[in-house]
Amino acid sequence: MTLPLMNSQLVVLWTDALVWLLVLVCAIFSMHVVRSPTLRMAWHSVLVRPMGMASLTVLMAFVLIGLADSIHLRERLDNGQYDVEVHSLLDRALGDLNAHPERTYSAPLAAYALAKETVQQPDGIQTREYPRLRFGGAHLVDPTADWANDVTTRAAKGVALGAIASVLLMAFCTLLLSIFRQQSPIRVLLGIVRPKPDTIAWRSFMLTLLVLCILAGAGMTLAQGYHVMGTDKVGQDVLYQSLKSVRTGLVIGTLTTLVTLPLAIGLGLLAGYFRGWVDDVIQYIYTTLNSIPWVLLVAAAVLVVQVFIEQHESSFSSAAERADVRLLALCMIIGLTGWTGLARLLRAEVLKLREQDYVTAARAFGVSNLQILLRHILPNVQHLILISVVMDFSGLVLAEAILSYVGVGVDPVMNSWGNMINAARLELAREPVVWWPLATAFSFMFALVLAANLFADVVRDAFDPRAGNQHSGKDGEA
Amino acid sequence: MIRYLVRRVLYAFPILIGVNLITFFLFFVVNTPDNMARIHLGVKHVTPEAIRQWKAEHGYDKPLFLNSDGQGVNKLTDTLFVERSLKLFALDFGKADDGRDIARDIKNRMWPSLAIALPVFIFGLMANITIALLMIFYRATRLEYLGVIGLIALMSISGLFYIIAGQYFIAKLWQWLPISGYGDGIDAFKFILLPVLVSVAAGIGSGARWYRTIFLEEIGKDYVRTARAKGLSEMRVLFRHVLKNGMIPILTGAVVVLPLLFTGSLVTESFFGIPGLGSYTIDAIRAQDFAIVQTMVFLGSALYILGLLLTDISYTLVDPRVKLS
Repeated sequence: MTLPLMNSQLVVLWTDALVWLLVLVCAIFSMHVVRSPTLRMAWHSVLVRPMGMASLTVLMAFVLIGLADSIHLRERLDNGQYDVEVHSLLDRALGDLNAHPERTYSAPLAAYALAKETVQQPDGIQTREYPRLRFGGAHLVDPTADWANDVTTRAAKGVALGAIASVLLMAFCTLLLSIFRQQSPIRVLLGIVRPKPDTIAWRSFMLTLLVLCILAGAGMTLAQGYHVMGTDKVGQDVLYQSLKSVRTGLVIGTLTTLVTLPLAIGLGLLAGYFRGWVDDVIQYIYTTLNSIPWVLLVAAAVLVVQVFIEQHESSFSSAAERADVRLLALCMIIGLTGWTGLARLLRAEVLKLREQDYVTAARAFGVSNLQILLRHILPNVQHLILISVVMDFSGLVLAEAILSYVGVGVDPVMNSWGNMINAARLELAREPVVWWPLATAFSFMFALVLAANLFADVVRDAFDPRAGNQHSGKDGEA
Repeated sequence: MIRYLVRRVLYAFPILIGVNLITFFLFFVVNTPDNMARIHLGVKHVTPEAIRQWKAEHGYDKPLFLNSDGQGVNKLTDTLFVERSLKLFALDFGKADDGRDIARDIKNRMWPSLAIALPVFIFGLMANITIALLMIFYRATRLEYLGVIGLIALMSISGLFYIIAGQYFIAKLWQWLPISGYGDGIDAFKFILLPVLVSVAAGIGSGARWYRTIFLEEIGKDYVRTARAKGLSEMRVLFRHVLKNGMIPILTGAVVVLPLLFTGSLVTESFFGIPGLGSYTIDAIRAQDFAIVQTMVFLGSALYILGLLLTDISYTLVDPRVKLS
C-alpha cells in the first residue's frame, strides 16, 4: 500500500501496519491502566524500582529505533518518478552510515585494510602493504601518526555532546515534572537526586538516559570519519546493520503476541470455564501441538511458506516486500505454534476461579457465560497474560538467531542479528580474526534481551501475587 | 495404576495421529510432491516427464488420500497417507530422498546424540542445583541479589554465543580441546567434553533461576520452621530437608526430557560436527528432505508422550501421596 506524502511517497509494509496497530493497542491499554487504581498501583511499583525504570528506558530506546524503522518512504526523484528503493526514517536519520561501503572486511575504527595488497607506487615500484580504506580514516594525512589523536578527540567530542544533550533532556523532563506536579523545579530536582521511598525512580531514568546519550554521541562523531564497528564481508557498515536489525528483533518479539494472545486467551478461558468436551478438544489440540518438537514444527511451516513465496515471486514488487511477507509469516507461524503454554496456564487458573463465590453469585443473577468470562474471569487472569507476554519477548528475540541458523528464520536479505551471526560465524577461523560482526550482533542482542529479562523480572514481582508473598516471607525470615 | 497406564498409552494414539495429520498436511498437501520434485530437480530440468520419474523413484507417485484406480481396500491403503504417515506407527520409516534407509540412520546416529545429551542432562542438573542451593544459603543478602542479576544476564546471552565463544577460546585460542568432530571409544571423550561444557554453561542461567524459586517456595513451608525450631543448623535444614523436598518437583520436571535425550540438540550437534540425530535433522531441513523431517517429528512426539507418561509414574514413585487414577 502506498500513500503520497509531501515530496515522498509513504510505503506501508504489512509489518509496519501491524506494528503501528500494536502501538495503538498499547496506548489504549495504558489509558486503561491510568483509569484503574489497582493497575496503576502495580505499574507504579514497577517504576519505583530503579532496575525496572532503567530496563524500561533501554527498552524504550530500542522501541524508538524500531518505530523509526517502521515508517518507510520513497523519495520523489528529479524526473517526477518515485525512487525504486524504499528508505525508512531510520535510514534517513543514519544517513551517511550506510553511504560509504569499503571493499571488504575492515576492523572497527580502522584506517587501513585488513589484508596486505600489492600497491603500485608513484615511482613504479610494486610493494606489499596495507592499503588505506576508502572512507575509514580517509581524512587523515598520515594515519600512523594522527589516528590515535583523532579518534580520542572525536570520541571526547561525542561524549561531551551526548552529555550536553542528556542534560538538556533531563532539564526538559524536570520542567515537565514541575509543571505536572505544580512544584518548583528546584524541589523536583532535589526529589530526583535524593528520592523519598516509594517514589518513581527518576534518578535511574536520568542516569540510563545519560549513558545512552553518551554512547549515541560518541558513535555519531566517530561514524563521521570511521566505520565504528568495522565492515562486513562486502564492506557494509556493521553498526548500521545492527541498528537495522533492531526492528526485526522487536517485530518478532511483539507481533507474535498478536497471534498468540487471541488463541491462548480464547481457548484457555473456554477450556477452563466450560470443561467437559470443550476442555477435552482443546486439551487434545494443545497436547498435540506441544508434542511436536518446536523447532521442527516451525521449520516445517516455514519451508512450506518458502515454497509458496518462491512460486508467487512475481506478485511482490520488491525484495523488501518479499522479505517483509516472510517476516510476517514467521511471526504467524511462531504465534500459531506458541500459544499452548499460556493457554494451559490460563485453563488451570480459570478452573480455580470458576468455583469462586463471586462467579457463582454472577451465575445466580443470571449473567450470561460470555459476560462472566469477560467481566469476572478475564480481569482476574490479566496479570498472568501480561507476565507471559513480557517473559516470552526475550525468548523470541533469542529464537530468531537460532531459527536463522537452522535456515528457517527471516529472509536472508533482511537485516537481522541471526543473519549477521550466521554470515560471520565462520570468520573467527580467519587470520587475522574477524570478530566484530559477531561481537556487535551479540552485544545488541544481549542489551535488548537483558533489558527485557530484567524488566520482566520486575513486572512479575509487581503483578504476581505469589511472587509478592515469597518476598515478604523471605524478608520476614531475614 | 495398570489401568491408568493402559488408558494413557491408548490416549497417545489420537495425539500421534494428530501429529501425523499436521505434518502430512504441511508436507504433502500444501506442498505437493510436484513442488518437491521441482525443488530437487532444479529449475533447468523441470519437464513433466522428469517430475513423473522423480516421483516414481522416490515413491511419491500415489494419490494423497484416495486411490481411485485401486481395488477394494486398496483404494484407501495404496495412498501416500498410508505409505508416508501410518507406516510410521509400525516403525517403518521408509527411505530418504537420497535412497538411504532412515531407520538404520537413526539407529546409528542416536548414540552420539545420547553421548552428548546425557552428560549435559546430568551435569547440568548438578550444576544448577548447586548454584540454586548456594543462592538459597545466602538468601536476602547482597550476594544473592547480585547472583540473581548474574543469572538473568547469563540467560540473556544467546545460545549461539556460548557455542561460538567456547569454540573460539577453548579450542582455537588455547587449543585445549578439538574444535569439532567425533570419534569412537575412548577417543570420543575429548570430542564430547567441549560440547557438554558449553551446553551446561548455556543452561545455567534459566535452570538455576528456576530451581531457586522452587527451593524458595520450600523454605517458606512449615516443616522448615519446625526443623529450625528443633535447633537444626542451617546446613542441615538445607541439605536434609529443603533439598530432599525440592528435588520432587525438580526431578519430576526433568523426567519429561529423558526420552528426548536420544534426539539430541539441533544446533550444538551441527556446530560441533557430531554425527547425531540433531545434525541429521538440520541437514534434512536444509536439503528439504521431508521424509526424514517427518520421521523425526514423529519420533520426537512419541518420545515426548513417553516422557509425559514417565513423569506421571515418577510422581507416584517419589511422592506416596499421589495416586494415579
